[in-house]
Amino acid sequence: MDFELSDEQNMLKDSVERFVKDNYSSEARAKLADTELGFSRDHWKKMAELGWLGLPFPEEVGGFGGTAVETAIMMENMGSGLVLEPFLSTVILGGGLVAEAGSEVQIEAIIPQVIEGNMMLAFAYAEPQSRFDLNDVETTATKSGDGYVKKGHKAVVYHGATADKIIVSARTGGNSRDEDGISLFIVDNNSSDVTRRDYRTIDGQRAADIKFEDAKVGADALLGEEGGAYPVIEKVVDKAIAALCAEAVGAMQAANNITNEYMKERKQFGTPIGKFQVLQHRMVDMYMEAEQSKSMSDMVAMKLDLDDETERRKAVAAAKAQVGQAAKFVGQQSIQLHGGMGMTDEYSIGHYFKRLTTIEMLFGNTDYHFKKYAALAS
Amino acid sequence: MDLSFSEEDLAFRDEVREFLATALPADVKDRCDRGLHPTPEGQIRWQKILNEKGWMAPNWPVEYGGTGWTITQKHIAAHEFGHAAAPIALPFGVSMVGPVIYTFGNQEQKDKYLPRILNSEDWWCQGYSEPGSGSDLASLQTKAVRDGDDYIVNGQKIWTSFAQHADMIFCLVRTDSSAKQQEGISFLLIDMKTPGITVKPIIGLDMEHSLNEVFFEDVRVPVANRIGEENKGWTYAKFLLGNERTGIARVARSKRQVERLKDIAKAERCGGHTLSFCNDFNNKLTRIEVDLMALEYTELRYLSMIASGKQLSAEPSLLKIKGTEIQQRLTGLLVESLGMYGAPYEAERAYEGRNEAPVGPDYAHGPMAEHLYLRAATIYGGSNEIQRNIVSKMVLGL
Repeated sequence: MDFELSDEQNMLKDSVERFVKDNYSSEARAKLADTELGFSRDHWKKMAELGWLGLPFPEEVGGFGGTAVETAIMMENMGSGLVLEPFLSTVILGGGLVAEAGSEVQIEAIIPQVIEGNMMLAFAYAEPQSRFDLNDVETTATKSGDGYVKKGHKAVVYHGATADKIIVSARTGGNSRDEDGISLFIVDNNSSDVTRRDYRTIDGQRAADIKFEDAKVGADALLGEEGGAYPVIEKVVDKAIAALCAEAVGAMQAANNITNEYMKERKQFGTPIGKFQVLQHRMVDMYMEAEQSKSMSDMVAMKLDLDDETERRKAVAAAKAQVGQAAKFVGQQSIQLHGGMGMTDEYSIGHYFKRLTTIEMLFGNTDYHFKKYAALAS
Repeated sequence: MDLSFSEEDLAFRDEVREFLATALPADVKDRCDRGLHPTPEGQIRWQKILNEKGWMAPNWPVEYGGTGWTITQKHIAAHEFGHAAAPIALPFGVSMVGPVIYTFGNQEQKDKYLPRILNSEDWWCQGYSEPGSGSDLASLQTKAVRDGDDYIVNGQKIWTSFAQHADMIFCLVRTDSSAKQQEGISFLLIDMKTPGITVKPIIGLDMEHSLNEVFFEDVRVPVANRIGEENKGWTYAKFLLGNERTGIARVARSKRQVERLKDIAKAERCGGHTLSFCNDFNNKLTRIEVDLMALEYTELRYLSMIASGKQLSAEPSLLKIKGTEIQQRLTGLLVESLGMYGAPYEAERAYEGRNEAPVGPDYAHGPMAEHLYLRAATIYGGSNEIQRNIVSKMVLGL
């Protein structure tokens, strides 16, 4: 039993740290977030060259066969710089679904492209009524001739505009909240019968609402078994949650460091505000929340590949609940301790607060995961 | 990174389980599980069983009688003990003064006291706090004046747990009043039977007698009973306090409490169902359970850092703060789970000579006593506010 990184893992950590240091000063990030794209294609190329986009994929398809621990190392360090490139959407979610459920042909066509940085992906799962329930799918895919006709509305699809292909969950059978009867489809983002509304999110990223009005896809668009996609979705989303927990840890640690330094510099009543005990204790509470989150993030990364599914689900729900709770506290208190400066767009702390706020919501907020844990633990 | 246990570790876990299943006396286990203090006799009986097995002092170096367990094995043992409701050894001897003696004591002191601690021949108590010196411990006033081969000690200690049973007390005393506060303190080992020592009970808000005042009036203590150098006692005192904070998280005990709460919730009725169907109750319990899991993995992560040779600074303070907060939330919820049967309460001595069980369901006997006693958890061992000061200074540099 140990929590230490191997030499290779330490090298990966150093390399991501360097990338963030070189490319993600708060000024550089602000500029990037304000471009139409919202991230940098040059950075994406660089990530491909460094091998990061192939990290979690099996060696047979050109990946590095990394585990959730390597993903966590990447995400944690990217979180500390609030990196904007769509690693989670493309590699963990989109790539994860294809690698998990895809046919040989689909894997061959997509994964090497992803690894080389030539193809971006997005996962459209949420719907206006579904909230956080992955099984709540009203979008339908009806068999028609050789393929399917899709009808429905997918909500807040992160990186929906920049993805070359979107993986969409749709119902091929059962009732709207059944776990059975959900299928996945790989859809080209430029089809004419898909309507997309692109917008910005509070964390500097991009998302889209996507409507399908009798959109036709071929039979080869089906990803995995018809009607049997739910376990695949759940498994891949668990990986995304673990990755998000790691990202949150990096963001919390960075927010704490920034706030900690500010407390040493900012003077009031003739003394640094870090000398005031009431503020010291608040800062200690923020530090403790980040520490506890780090432990949970490491724990879930190590438990993610467990065969015992209940154990895995419990670990994921507990980690997301704890990290979500901590992310809210650290984000909000960072603003408080900065006083008026924390309220400005120019100063970096607000951007950490905003990303931590969305991480708390993504794939189920704190309440949702406490409830999920309670159901699994009883 | 790897969470799995090795074959040897799993074999060790089985050995500990087997030992606890056969060696832990049922009466000792029952009191511990309820959250009641062991009786003094039961405590000593259990400690002697532990010593026979060679497991009295897992944290001591092997040459002094330690077990030589790896950090993982210590963790496994602590969890099995907590799960089985086995009392931990009284901390005053084996966890507090023992390490001070083998680290700073002379050979004669080691030879004399360490075996007696291992075999529970001396019951130790801690003479640190004074009426005017709580969190500000270095302001203590109890004086020791040199007279030939003796010190003459005058003063008062307070909040001395179980001094009424103690054979020995380790004391911080002032040997130089002109020096800076921290530099005039010495560390003495004092026989409680020495003339001039008076122990007065303080009845706690749990109506039990676990706390005392200890008065010293011209008490003669041989200079040979001083640990290390004169006026260097603060160094040894701080070493002891640092030791005290590790293991104070009591994760395994809290995990056992979660199990008890789940059992009680299945038995208590509420709104036509059992309490286990009450969303509000479950929500509170789940939040504690998840916080406890975070604490458990934080403890493991720190142990792993130590095992790989990294130096911790004030990280153990986090374990103390979070661990005691969780203990209090758990005992609070235990009392809450009892509904109206949270209210009946009598001190244990009230039952002496009476042939009746406490009122209410059997599981209602214990939670209130522990709930009341554990209000002290966030105060003792350096209050949680002091711990936050320590983290602020040592880790955050504020």
